[in-house]
Amino acid sequence: MTATATSARSDLSELGRSETALRTFLHGLPGVDQVGAEQRAAQLGTRSIKTTAKAQAIDLAIRMVDLTTLEGADTPGKVRALATKALRPDPADPSCPHVGAVCVYPAMVPYVAEVLRGSGAGSGRPSGGPGQADGAAPAGLGIVHLASVATAFPSGQAPLDVKLADTRAAVAAGADEIDMVINRGAFLAGRYQEVYDEIVATKEACGDAHLKVILETGELATYDNVRRASWLAMLAGGDFIKTSTGKVPVAATMPVTLVMLEAVRDFRAATGRQVGVKPAGGIKTSKDAIKYLVMVNETVGPDWLDPDWFRFGASSLLNDLLMQRTKLTTGVYSGPDYFTLD
Amino acid sequence: MSERVAVRKTYKLFIGGKFPRSESGRSYIVQSGGEETANVALASRKDARDAVVAARAAVKGWAGATAYNRGQILYRVAEMLEGRRDQFIALGASADEVDAAIDRWVWYAGWSDKLPQVYGGANPVAGPYFNLSAPEPTGVVAVVAPEAPALLGLVSVIAPAIVTGNTVVVAASPAAPLAAVALAEVLATSDLPGGVVNILTGRLSDTVPTLAAHMDVNAIDLTGVTDADLAAELEVKAAENLKRVLRPAPVGHDWFADPGVTRMTVLLETKTVWHPKGV
Amino acid sequence: MFEYAPAPESRSVVDIKPSYGLFVDGTFVDPVDGGSFKSINPASEEVLAEIAEAGNEDVDRAVRAARKAYEKVWGPMPGRDRAKYLFRIARLIQERSRELAVLESLDNGKPIKESRDVDVPLVAAHFFYYAGWADKLPYAGFGPDPKPLGVAAQVIPWNFPLLMLAWKIAPALAAGNTVVLKPAETTPLTALLFAEICQQADLPAGVVNIVTGAGDTGRALVEHPGVDKVAFTGSTEVGKAIARAVAGTRKKLTLELGGKAANIVFDDAPVDQAVEGIVNGIFFNQGHVCCAGSRLLVQESVADRVLESLKRRMAQLRVGDPLDKNTDIGAINSAAQLAKIRELSEVGAAEGAERWSPACELPDRGFWFAPTIFTGVTQAHRIAREEIFGPVLSVLTFRTPAEAVEKANNTPYGLSAGIWTDKGSRILWLADRLRAGVVWANTFNKFDPTSPFGGYKESGYGREGGRHGLEAYLNV
Repeated sequence: MTATATSARSDLSELGRSETALRTFLHGLPGVDQVGAEQRAAQLGTRSIKTTAKAQAIDLAIRMVDLTTLEGADTPGKVRALATKALRPDPADPSCPHVGAVCVYPAMVPYVAEVLRGSGAGSGRPSGGPGQADGAAPAGLGIVHLASVATAFPSGQAPLDVKLADTRAAVAAGADEIDMVINRGAFLAGRYQEVYDEIVATKEACGDAHLKVILETGELATYDNVRRASWLAMLAGGDFIKTSTGKVPVAATMPVTLVMLEAVRDFRAATGRQVGVKPAGGIKTSKDAIKYLVMVNETVGPDWLDPDWFRFGASSLLNDLLMQRTKLTTGVYSGPDYFTLD
Repeated sequence: MSERVAVRKTYKLFIGGKFPRSESGRSYIVQSGGEETANVALASRKDARDAVVAARAAVKGWAGATAYNRGQILYRVAEMLEGRRDQFIALGASADEVDAAIDRWVWYAGWSDKLPQVYGGANPVAGPYFNLSAPEPTGVVAVVAPEAPALLGLVSVIAPAIVTGNTVVVAASPAAPLAAVALAEVLATSDLPGGVVNILTGRLSDTVPTLAAHMDVNAIDLTGVTDADLAAELEVKAAENLKRVLRPAPVGHDWFADPGVTRMTVLLETKTVWHPKGV
Repeated sequence: MFEYAPAPESRSVVDIKPSYGLFVDGTFVDPVDGGSFKSINPASEEVLAEIAEAGNEDVDRAVRAARKAYEKVWGPMPGRDRAKYLFRIARLIQERSRELAVLESLDNGKPIKESRDVDVPLVAAHFFYYAGWADKLPYAGFGPDPKPLGVAAQVIPWNFPLLMLAWKIAPALAAGNTVVLKPAETTPLTALLFAEICQQADLPAGVVNIVTGAGDTGRALVEHPGVDKVAFTGSTEVGKAIARAVAGTRKKLTLELGGKAANIVFDDAPVDQAVEGIVNGIFFNQGHVCCAGSRLLVQESVADRVLESLKRRMAQLRVGDPLDKNTDIGAINSAAQLAKIRELSEVGAAEGAERWSPACELPDRGFWFAPTIFTGVTQAHRIAREEIFGPVLSVLTFRTPAEAVEKANNTPYGLSAGIWTDKGSRILWLADRLRAGVVWANTFNKFDPTSPFGGYKESGYGREGGRHGLEAYLNV
């Protein structure tokens, strides 16, 4: 049981200097019992969130959506429409909040930036926000962030200099958040130093942009690996840890996110630095989203119940949230024809 | 030439693998075949207490021995008894009874590594868990041996108790103590660890109420109690620490019949272990 | 802050009658002397119903009805037909599960999420499991033709009213016995609804009889000369009295009594799951669980960290309305039980242990006790030795595996134990040495109809559940 849940802050910055130190640390983390973790996640899923709590949760979930399109068929027209929707998800209801960010491929960043900038929102992250230990309200609150995947997303199978160039290009084009993928091959082969160094280098390439580190938990196979990869990403400077690319069969799950939430909780206890969490892929309904929020609430508490610290990587989720939101306001069930399909 | 003067035997208690006299120094006289008489130790409450201490001390090693090892030792008892057939016949047992007693040791010897398979096993619980039930010995068992048949009855109550890893304190039948002491000699030469079987001779009223009330005894076998009121009184005492109780044998019980497994199972605890299955 | 709005389960699903008679010979009858008592909702102290109190004569009628049913109907009935009645009952329990869950929570005070997700599903599963045994008894390993015992007298506690009923009635009926069951006086309602289910299933009259009442009724039932079998779940003290009462009779006895289980956490435990296991071990069902992990034995080298995690987790527990779907800890079952928990907790504090509870607001009416842990407890403290039967955890430390075993076994009880470690060989080493009938490794408080349950030493004898559970009701 290393460095978790302890009130004494530790300096873990030296760990990245040696493969041995990293390995010793990561393998010294407490194990995760699969059945127990899955049961806990399932239990949290049985919370009944009704009426005012549900309304509150839905608005929060909308603000946490990283509205995403990551298709080979993406075009400027498609992403502009998405960005427009991000700013005003429900044109019929001005009280509806905007989403947390738009998430696209690097080549699409300029088109999204145009829309967001035009609205006074968008690129260029001011100081504050994720990664700031003081927890002060970020100056950019109220704007829609622009996230770009990078580092040869989704496989990460490219030379490091290509991945870094990819990152710099996305930032230069206006992204203020970078979603990188870790080198799962290196991780599973036990080359932790290599994974660590890549994250450090990408973080450096991000400049002021915030770095979300995609663990691709569906390929890590065990919760022990998810916990280790979470710590590795945090030790290397990631501002967020994210479950998935959405491009492999298993994306975000409740238990995987639970293990990651435990990791950010323990990491903050150990180092004082708060790291965000982003489950991505497979979260399609309001009911699912609310289960995640309950899990955040009861695992890491209200400090993470904020778009600066928790995001949903999703696309179809938003419309379901909007439908449920309308149902709560009007008392009648809505239908998909009443919400935009962008 | 004068007739040889026989060497007579002193019949003592069997406690912790040793043959002490009663700490009380008392004994009583029984006929020992023919015209001879024998002085048999009259065990006291303190002897009963000492026997429980010896039995408790032996639990860890005996219960912890492998089932294979316990089976081998019980079989060794059968071998030793076979070699002393004539001695028991001289003490008044019929040849049939001695043979049956020997065979009974052999029968129980084979149970040591089979009962846990027959009586335990995997349970198909509705969830991702490994779940296994296995029997374990309950611990120290007090046994009141039946009066007749002296040898077969005694073997039939001791063997099922110890084969699974319990240790016993046996109150031998006051009317038939010689078979018990002779059996102790067999046991003492059979690689049975000291304290696994302890044998008290004397009056039941001196030792059995003490055993029934003893808080470090886990079970009591009242097989040899013929007085219904005494049996009830002992069962009441046994309730104080919830001893497992085997009630007296019915009148006319056939000791030569297939004994079944109840005598073993009633002195067992079932332990069920759960563990999640995950990666 | 994310505040959960109230999410009450509707109680309109149950129809509680103003008064209930005794269920004897297939019908509800008034007691001979007309005595009665009230069952109240421990969360509000409102009276739920007036319940008949069975006297000696009523118990006698019930036993005679059971005897008649045993001799004329249930005993001679082929196992396959007994099985079908039990399957029917299992189905009816599933169909009426919401009703049973709400009623259980109202009468007992347990959270609806437990009665709904744990108690009632296990009840149905138990009947399904034993239904299948009714026509397979020759294959159960008790000889080619095992026989039932006759009339079983069954006395059950208030902590899992319907589940304990199932544990008693299902194997008894499967084996061919008839029963007279006495539910606890504070929680009779689900047993009476079960009686209605027996009627709905067209179970022959007299096979199941329910006599309500308190200790005197139970004593009359256990001591009745017409019963062949006594099964009791409850306190060790009463269990001993019953063992004395049946001494010298032919009655076969099984007892499932108290416990003071050690939940042992090693330094290499999967700590987040261990903390869940500790919480589930002691706060499940308000700690009204005989196998509760009421003694936490934590390895000294990680004690501070584990306790910090435990306290953080305890702060998330929601105490309150049992019918709210988000309630984790409901009401203490009775004023008497609350007084006992308070008394022992005060003793714990007086003996120098350090008491801690998370901030939590308790309702004004009803019986409530905040989840509580005591640290700095040693084996010499009363709270480490006596069963509290409430949401109170005693925390002790150990240094080595041998010391953990020694402390875990250092109690007259022996019902259950928990082990938390990532090292497989250590689990098996400990499991061999713990003197307890159920050992949960890297989990806790799991139950299943196929899994035998019962204690060593003063936690009782006999097993319930699984093939072993049949033995208690067969003449073997």
